[in-house]
Amino acid sequence: MSEAVAPAIPRADAREPIAATAQRRARPGRGMIAGAIIILVLIACAVFPDAAAPYQPNAFDYRALLKPPSLAHPFGTDNFGRDVLSRTIWATQIDLQIAIFGTLFPAIFGTFAGALIGYAGGIVDTLFRRLVDLFITIPFLVLVIAIVAVLGPGLLNMYIAVSAINWIFYARLMRAEVIAQKRRDYSDAGRVMGYGAARIIFRHLLPNAITPSIIYWMTDMALVILLGSSLGYLGLGAQPPTSEWGVLIADGKNFMTTAWWMSIFPGMAIVLAGIGFSLLGDGVAIWLGRRK
Amino acid sequence: MHLLHILGRRVLQILATVVLVAVLMFALMHMLPGDPAQVMLGDRGSDAAIAQLHRELGLDRPMPVQFWEFLKRIVTFNLGESVTMRVPVVRLVAERLPNTLMLTAMAATLALLIAVPLAFVAALRPGSKADGAIRAFSQVSLSMPVFYIGLVLLITLAAGLRWFPVGGIGAGFFQDLYYLFLPALTLALSFSAILLRNLRGSLIEVLQAEFVNFATAKGLRRRVVLGRHVLRNASISTVTLFGLHMGSLVGGAVITETVFGIPGIGRLMVDSIFSRDYAVVQGLTMVLAIMVSVVFLAVDALQALLDPRIAT
Repeated sequence: MSEAVAPAIPRADAREPIAATAQRRARPGRGMIAGAIIILVLIACAVFPDAAAPYQPNAFDYRALLKPPSLAHPFGTDNFGRDVLSRTIWATQIDLQIAIFGTLFPAIFGTFAGALIGYAGGIVDTLFRRLVDLFITIPFLVLVIAIVAVLGPGLLNMYIAVSAINWIFYARLMRAEVIAQKRRDYSDAGRVMGYGAARIIFRHLLPNAITPSIIYWMTDMALVILLGSSLGYLGLGAQPPTSEWGVLIADGKNFMTTAWWMSIFPGMAIVLAGIGFSLLGDGVAIWLGRRK
Repeated sequence: MHLLHILGRRVLQILATVVLVAVLMFALMHMLPGDPAQVMLGDRGSDAAIAQLHRELGLDRPMPVQFWEFLKRIVTFNLGESVTMRVPVVRLVAERLPNTLMLTAMAATLALLIAVPLAFVAALRPGSKADGAIRAFSQVSLSMPVFYIGLVLLITLAAGLRWFPVGGIGAGFFQDLYYLFLPALTLALSFSAILLRNLRGSLIEVLQAEFVNFATAKGLRRRVVLGRHVLRNASISTVTLFGLHMGSLVGGAVITETVFGIPGIGRLMVDSIFSRDYAVVQGLTMVLAIMVSVVFLAVDALQALLDPRIAT
């Protein structure tokens, strides 16, 4: 999502002795482990919501309307007496689906397109740079909203809108990396040996240039979850009664003064997912950096 | 002279962008299955109304002619008429743009007031407890969607402590400042996290530069070294980033306005989607793109001022 920043490759702090840095890098960082645990827990919730959630997500209980958090309902209940914890757990399915479907096509298509553009150069590259300028100028969210406005609200149309724009950011990263790799000797060597463009791009340049895209993909999943929940909140993404974190928060906004738990707890799930993906992303960045 | 040259090129780029956005919006409307007039009027469209809009939009003429007419209307700021409110889109924009501009300006200012001091504290002692806390703060802010930050602030500071109104807009400038403070803080918290991360990194880098040692060695006071030499050099990349992320600030404003019920163009856009008022959605997308372009222009100028190497 959003105007992509090149993922910061974490550097060791300048004042740290080199030996300590090397030692710290030798094993996966604490951050990466924490991130992996968070994501695994979320995946478990998404795959086995029945086991994880104490109640059915859409079970009405008119004897327990708008009840504050208690032992029976740790996150409280909503205006239909539905258990907020259970709904938050069931929503994990939809939000992780958003993270995957919102990034899969952009990551694959953008990576290939960026490699081809970077290799081709010339007029193709110039046209692509103009396109990037254009997409930086229209706010990502505004553009997605404009496309969803035409296609109509809903998850599928949201995926289409996000995919139509998001590939640009992967292509931009890949293009820059391929241009840098293209100048290296091994690329020339391949050409001298008479390899075709396809072989040079896909067998040689792509594997060497793909690291930043993989790292960005992690961050992007967090960004797309934020975007998806924002659209859900606005009523343009997942549609009620589907449990989606943004939709759950929107459900609670009319009960802000009387039942704060309806919005606050589902939001914490979004924050948790965001932190999980970026810790994992930072960890992967360090890990891949070490392997190189 | 060189500065003017750069800015001139930028203005041309803005015009190109506006035309491209127009092409995009035009294509989007015409890629739809069915008749644009029917889509724009939706359920409200009687046969007569559809036929009239057909003539107004020139839908009976060939596609290139239609596009030319469309461009001519855009250039003359004729963004069409709202189908639901029966007023020109330009007037709706004129009424609401000031609120959005004030919100984003306040948010940008607050974001800098949060990010710059915290980045200094973090960068002067990397690895310290304060640095850790500041990095945790920016990590959490980055993982919070804007609408959630807004709701948390509303629940705690407005509904709970009653320090601020729960939404809407005041009468007059000073009341606006008060009403818009919480929405601006919402936007600023998410925006400052992006700036903070970057500024901390470039500050650490600049602090190691030789000219900093030299400035200290020649006996300048710490404040002068930090303020004049370090901040100025570290802020160049932050200014770039500020411009690049202007889009997320404006996008965030759309959501913030909806959360706080502020009558700005962001909220108008969301409302228009639900009332299927496409002329308004189209027009607002253009306006928001122009808004971001103008900030890009300002950022270019500021960069040239901060770093004379860029302008020469």
